[in-house]
Amino acid sequence: MTTTSPQLEAPRSRSRSRTSFEMYSWIFMRMSGLLLVVLVLGHLLIMNVLDGGVQRVNWGFVAGRWASPFWRTWDLMQLWLAELHGTNGLRTVINDYAVRDSTRFWLKMLLYTSAFLVLVLGTLVIFTFDPNMK
Amino acid sequence: MHQRLVTLKIRRYDPETDPDAYWQSFEVPVEKGDRLLDALHYVKWYLDGSLTFRRSCAHGVCGSDAMRVNGVNRLACKVLVKDLGEEITVEPIKGLPTMKDLLVDMEPFFDAFRSIKPFLITSGNEPTRERLQSAADRARYDDTTKCIMCAACTTSCPVFWNDDQYFGPQAIVMAHRFIFDSRDEGADERLEILNDKEGVWRCRTTFNCTDACPRGIEVTKAIQEVKRALIFRRS
Repeated sequence: MTTTSPQLEAPRSRSRSRTSFEMYSWIFMRMSGLLLVVLVLGHLLIMNVLDGGVQRVNWGFVAGRWASPFWRTWDLMQLWLAELHGTNGLRTVINDYAVRDSTRFWLKMLLYTSAFLVLVLGTLVIFTFDPNMK
Repeated sequence: MHQRLVTLKIRRYDPETDPDAYWQSFEVPVEKGDRLLDALHYVKWYLDGSLTFRRSCAHGVCGSDAMRVNGVNRLACKVLVKDLGEEITVEPIKGLPTMKDLLVDMEPFFDAFRSIKPFLITSGNEPTRERLQSAADRARYDDTTKCIMCAACTTSCPVFWNDDQYFGPQAIVMAHRFIFDSRDEGADERLEILNDKEGVWRCRTTFNCTDACPRGIEVTKAIQEVKRALIFRRS
């Protein structure tokens, strides 16, 4: 009898890398998630609720906050953790849902490129912000 | 005996006559205590002898007749027709190649099982008596010894549906059974295998596996325990 069942790639035949990247990425998601709860809720509270809310946010307000290294560090951490957390989350979503190898590869390239741009531009703004620039 | 009619809507597939799968409905008389397997037997014995499915012991022990019943994985011999409504959909378990009707190729599943080394690994001389173990040490992995390898958990896992390279819940359950066995010395080896990018970190804790397990194994919990062992291992 001939079977017509589709031939699957032999499972788990891929070369096994000895790195623990997936483990560290898993831990990072949990740790960054916990930190982001504090950072993002704090950010939302300050920007949208306290002292009259979002109406008062303007150039002067941002300049005033970023005069303090504390708020610059807060925003920098928020940027990096949120971007990496989101990127890593999307990476797993792509791994889970993209069936074809090439689709998976290009979606991830697009993802990494956009993450890189956001991180570089955001970091640049936080470090080079000058309240007097025109 | 009081009988009533239910409709079995079965996913049929026979590559020798039709390359596409299709649904076929059968009206089946059932009694109060009938299991789904009894209804499938009725179809095969009286309505359509070509219906193909696996079953062996028919009492929830051998793990042959896992199938997708009303959208969830169940053993046909353990689920009662009275709990399934008037129209019951029956499909093969997902993620493994269907060979005919409800029959799937289990080889990829067994490959994953074999790859975690499901046997006792020890070093040194063999003891002259049996390898003793305290009741507490035995209880540590009791839950995962219940596995009957029916594949209900692995084929209920959305990650496995899309990625046949993922080890799947069953292989991790079986690894858990040895990793937490005080007599076994292969824990590091098995943890390293499951640290693979297709290993435990692929688990999304959707709990489909725990819900599907006909033996009531807390599959997701076992997977989490393997993750924890990996995080806190010393190496």
